[in-house]
Amino acid sequence: MTLTSKALLILAGLALAACNNPRAGGTFGGGGADGFGDTGGFQDAGIMTGNLGDPNDPRSVAHFQQRIGDRVFFTTDSSSLTSEGRATLEAQARWLNQNTQFSIVMEGHADERGTRDYNIALGERRANAAMQYLISQGVSANRMRVVSYGKDRPVEACAAQRCWDVNRRAVTAIAGVTG
Amino acid sequence: MTRLFLTIPALVLICLAGLFAALPAQAQPLRLQITEGVIEPMPFAMPAFVAENSAGAQFSEGLARVIAANLSNTGLFREVPRQAHIGRITSFDAAVTYSEWRAVNVQALITGAVAVQGNRMTVKFRLFDVLSGQQVGDGLQFAGTTDSWRRMAHKVSDAVYSRITGEGGYFDSRVVFISESGPRTNRTRRLAIMDQDGENVQFLTDGRAMVIGPRVSLTGERILYTTYETGTPRIALMNTQTGQRQFVGDMPGAQVFSPRFTPDGGGLVFSAARGGNTDLYRMSLGSGQMQQLTSSPSIATAPSFSPDGRFIAFESDRSGTSQLYVMPASGGEARRISFGQGRYSTPVWSPRGDLIAFTKQNAGRFHIGVMRTDGSEERLLTASFLDESPTWAPNGRVIMFTREAQGGDPSLFSVDITGRNLRRVPTPGPASDPSWGPLRP
Repeated sequence: MTLTSKALLILAGLALAACNNPRAGGTFGGGGADGFGDTGGFQDAGIMTGNLGDPNDPRSVAHFQQRIGDRVFFTTDSSSLTSEGRATLEAQARWLNQNTQFSIVMEGHADERGTRDYNIALGERRANAAMQYLISQGVSANRMRVVSYGKDRPVEACAAQRCWDVNRRAVTAIAGVTG
Repeated sequence: MTRLFLTIPALVLICLAGLFAALPAQAQPLRLQITEGVIEPMPFAMPAFVAENSAGAQFSEGLARVIAANLSNTGLFREVPRQAHIGRITSFDAAVTYSEWRAVNVQALITGAVAVQGNRMTVKFRLFDVLSGQQVGDGLQFAGTTDSWRRMAHKVSDAVYSRITGEGGYFDSRVVFISESGPRTNRTRRLAIMDQDGENVQFLTDGRAMVIGPRVSLTGERILYTTYETGTPRIALMNTQTGQRQFVGDMPGAQVFSPRFTPDGGGLVFSAARGGNTDLYRMSLGSGQMQQLTSSPSIATAPSFSPDGRFIAFESDRSGTSQLYVMPASGGEARRISFGQGRYSTPVWSPRGDLIAFTKQNAGRFHIGVMRTDGSEERLLTASFLDESPTWAPNGRVIMFTREAQGGDPSLFSVDITGRNLRRVPTPGPASDPSWGPLRP
């Protein structure tokens, strides 16, 4: 198992933990997209509920997050997809093309080693790169929207390379069942 | 590159008191000229304000403390402590015995008086040049309510600072910033406003939505900021007087952020990111009309108007790394002005129009620096693990910014444009993204 795939599993666990953390929501939002990404789950009148299912069920959101991997990583100041990232996105696209009821929020993130505004722009670039790749794999653009959090929603807080490496990411957040 | 000047010129405080007796009558004898080089801070005495009635007594000490702290915090002045005083000020109108102040090496003596009737208060002050034995300017009087007593102390501080340095003051001003709390991976961020010395903090948003990058208008009563309250970043315009709030600059499918007011307050310029590309747009708040200012397939963000409204400085990575550019305010050809080592971000035009402050990243360190508006005479004022988001004091002498220690929380710092007098600005917890408002009327 590579370090990165270990990291992915750990991160998937963290993402789940985040979803189990109820927070005031409502129309002002908790600061996140209404999704299963780093920053939220379904929001309804201030209570967040996420029905993730069993990761052993290949149609579950939990399977998407933990087995396929809901995120790809980038090198410093870059929005180029790595070969590993492309493989993850290809697997994501297969799942999304089979589970067409879900819409997607593509979150773009940066590490803390940059200025705030630049990192929002960089995060958008990363989210867009991941989204365009999903589109190239047959996922409809209509199901996806982008949100960039810049450097302000890290998954790891340490001021060191190992945290910055996992914070530079695009997360495919399953946002809910489309109408 | 030859434009980089790493030496940080220090500060000269030249006290001309008593040296130019032959100058015309209007020349002020007590003078502290802020140029380059170093001399000692000017020693001053700030005795307690004389209480002109019993209700005034409760403010005698507080007024003096706020004024003394303001002046000392500039690094240009040094308070001669109260214990050293020989002279006593018991009446605002009695003649000053200069020899008593000269004996303890005081150069500038500030005296004041305070009277309170109900919730109304009157504050008076005089400034004396101890060496030449003269009053500097006329006495001044401020009247207001007792709950604005700190503001009156700031007004006195501004008047003293201006009379001695010949420059505008900045003490009676406020700073909008982001107050942070909670774990970094799930941060609560609230829009907040405080006096420049960190007092009177008020929170303007409740912390449920992530907010970043506020900018206060040149008149001080409106704030632009970026909010995630509806999921994606949008720009909100808040009027702090009426409490009214609206979204501005919405663009379908785009992340909009990095808003700044036009100098006349009638519009804004901001960034919109869409399709992997971030450009600058300008919008009129009156008509809602939108104009695209840049159309490079790269990032253009962190705009800043020149005070005359003719130019916009911004950062772009069109050359491959983030650098600073200046273009006409209506868009058009941009000229690169940063050429040193490293990456440059967040240009902010000085209110005087002569300098641009910026953030620089080089060799793993962050710096706040200043350069002329053509990019020449670059000087780095700070160095740390993470410094960013500079904002100018209304008089263009001091820069406030965000500093984050490695593994620590962000807080606000200020530094003189000579690179001296680095100070932490007190805030109630972690703080970032300061925007320094105007001198209040």
